[in-house]
Amino acid sequence: MAVEIGHLSLWLALAAALCLSVFPLIGVYRNLSAWQWYARPLAWIQWLAMTVAIVALGYSFYINDFSVAYVAGHSNSALPLEYRLSAIWGGHEGSLLLWGWMLSGWAAMVGLLSRSVPLPMVARVLAVMGMISVGFMLFMLLTSNPFDRNLPWFPLDGADLNPLLQDPGLIIHPPMLYMGYVGFSVAFAFAVAGLLMGNLDPAWARWARPWTTVAWSFLTVGIALGSWWAYYELGWGGWWFWDPVENASLMPWLAGTALIHSLAVSEKRNMFRAWTVLLAIITFSLSLLGTFLVRSGVLTSVHAFANDPARGAFILGFLIVVAGGALVLFGLRASALRSNTGFKPVSREAFLLGNNLILLTATSVVLMGTLFPLIGEALDMKISIRSPYFNGFFVPLAFVLILLMVPGMFSNWKRQDGNSLLKRMALLAPAAIIAGWFGARLPDPSPWQGVLAIMLALFLVFAHVDDVVRRARAYKQGFVTGLGKLGRGYWGMVLAHCGLAVLIAGITLVSFHEVERDIRMAPGDTAKLGDYTFVFDSLDEYRGPNFDSTRGHFHVSHDGDPVAVMHPEKRTYHASRQVMTEAAIDAGFWRDLYVALGEPLDKSNAWAVRIYFKPGIRWIWLGALIMALGGALALTDKRYRRNRFATNDAGAANES
Amino acid sequence: MKANSPWVFLPLVGFVLLAVLLASGLGRDPQELPSALVGKPVPSFSLPSLLTEETYTEDSLKGRWQLLNVWATWCPTCHVEHPYLLELAARGVAISGLNYKDELPAAREYLANLGNPFTHVIVDADGQLGLDLGVYGAPETFLINPAGEIVLRHAGDLNARVWEEKFVPLLPTQAPAPGQGEGEE
Repeated sequence: MAVEIGHLSLWLALAAALCLSVFPLIGVYRNLSAWQWYARPLAWIQWLAMTVAIVALGYSFYINDFSVAYVAGHSNSALPLEYRLSAIWGGHEGSLLLWGWMLSGWAAMVGLLSRSVPLPMVARVLAVMGMISVGFMLFMLLTSNPFDRNLPWFPLDGADLNPLLQDPGLIIHPPMLYMGYVGFSVAFAFAVAGLLMGNLDPAWARWARPWTTVAWSFLTVGIALGSWWAYYELGWGGWWFWDPVENASLMPWLAGTALIHSLAVSEKRNMFRAWTVLLAIITFSLSLLGTFLVRSGVLTSVHAFANDPARGAFILGFLIVVAGGALVLFGLRASALRSNTGFKPVSREAFLLGNNLILLTATSVVLMGTLFPLIGEALDMKISIRSPYFNGFFVPLAFVLILLMVPGMFSNWKRQDGNSLLKRMALLAPAAIIAGWFGARLPDPSPWQGVLAIMLALFLVFAHVDDVVRRARAYKQGFVTGLGKLGRGYWGMVLAHCGLAVLIAGITLVSFHEVERDIRMAPGDTAKLGDYTFVFDSLDEYRGPNFDSTRGHFHVSHDGDPVAVMHPEKRTYHASRQVMTEAAIDAGFWRDLYVALGEPLDKSNAWAVRIYFKPGIRWIWLGALIMALGGALALTDKRYRRNRFATNDAGAANES
Repeated sequence: MKANSPWVFLPLVGFVLLAVLLASGLGRDPQELPSALVGKPVPSFSLPSLLTEETYTEDSLKGRWQLLNVWATWCPTCHVEHPYLLELAARGVAISGLNYKDELPAAREYLANLGNPFTHVIVDADGQLGLDLGVYGAPETFLINPAGEIVLRHAGDLNARVWEEKFVPLLPTQAPAPGQGEGEE
């Protein structure tokens, strides 16, 4: 019954989305404000219907209704409740429903929080989001309906959720990632609405900017969670694999980062407007491209969904309509966005333009690397792209990016005196070089790339501290009051940039200083890894809710002091008979210890055991979280809380 | 940007090229064997062994039903499918490994640590045999009949579902799994 209600709600939501994409636009072009007014209620109805649909699917999982094909395919009566519920997005159909629900949620939020935006703008933005909704709902209803029944012969029990996905990290990873992907639809809708209106003033950028920042923050957290999950769940200690699916999430993130910075210029200086609009289109198109790549079967990947060319064809068609349509509109209207104001080659605008070019280059590098198997196919070449390709581009790009970030932040808008800029950087550089030299040598000597990376990360942090101090001192009321007056947008930027420094330091530490040993160990054996001693105490077996496990017991000491007791496992899941490695991790701020059981060796009770010492790996995710926090902090800036929309409002002088 | 500059259509042109590329990939399922190789013998080769002093040729792959699994230590999915290969090997399925564009010490260590499901491991360091076989990337698994002809190619990880759906139907009914009945390891 619940399933029929859900199915019906999905159709209802489609009806609401169709109305939403048509009536408000008619209202705009016929100048009927009542029709424009319908945009908000329609967005809310759409969200309500989608909420009923997703709750209905969740309820079917809750009551183990295996007559529903999707539930039978992704759940099992022995599956713990939290995984039964997260199984809603454990497969293709359900994750699309989550996508659609979030899209309708973003539209509803835009309707709710756009009191200060003129009605014709709101009507256009919501209509564009309605059109995207129509596409996704049709996709679900025509090719991938999560509410299909398995009647009359339904299985007595389900096939179970993929054991890789039975994990707390995977409960929240997809929703975070999708919130990011889908959230960029708001920036896209604002861009298209702006093009339709032919008028992109600074107020336009100020409306679009917070939405972009939220989406970006969600995506940052989502990617970090995915990396963290791969690290502890896949059992071989890596945190990023340049897998097509990972790349699919990184591309919109890079483009979105460029968009955030470009929006800043559009808001403050009323420039880069065509560029900003283009970036908004590119960012959301890359989100759709990611969806296409994961589901179409064009590329194979560790975590690709069931592949189906019909679904791929639909998403590709949809991508062509959305991105192609927006780019045609861009081509027709972009000329009107030409700005008359200029800037000098040494100015904040110039450095932000550099930032944008670097980030877009990085995006293209990932795009090329990801699509290369296809390009190679077209040219009849067979070349495999692996991490050396990506690392070879990303390391120098990241170095240049940091070298642009510092002067960009130090510079004034419009024009900046080059000499004073150089002087300011020259004062900081020696400190960063000396501290970096010692910092990088602390664990044990690094190659020069490692030393340079640590120096740059420190340079970035020092520059921000210096900037905060200078700006706070500039207030007459004194330093401490000044700190409070800096504005949350500014603090958000400082936090996000320092997060990047932490991330880079983490990547550097773990890349150059990790220690890894693959050894044969039987209970009673001891292994040494640097100053750490790992003792394999014993091995036992136990039975989990839906798996059997072989569990090792290790204790670890550091120079004789006990550090940790670790329990790596090898699990066999009942329904799918899949064997999973559950690594044991002793997490710490400075380092992780990581023990994974490989395979039993011979007939003895010896096992192949993998032991890792991973310094700084937590900093990777910590850095990402700090970046996302920076985004969240910037959102609470007072200019977004203002209940008015004067276009000549310059905002506080410090915001960037 | 000048008024009505044609450059504003550049992103559109780029996107159209991308869409054509994606559409070309769509008709083709990377998990399917190019029809050219079905029923054809394995291309001739002469390559060293990873674990012994032997040299293998295409004749080494004749004489029984077997799988040829393309793997490498740099390939994350290979780690994922490895336990299943071990399981198949334990059930008596003969699997030859093709170590593809890999570093040999790392590959030896990998097998020593994770277990070796392969009856023999062929080293294809520069990927020449992989190229002849039309390998897109690791892992890929070929089903080879006793005459040394390719019967099926599967790109991506081998798991219980793929095994049951794609491989088992192609096997002769007398011998339920490749390698059985021959008795040699």
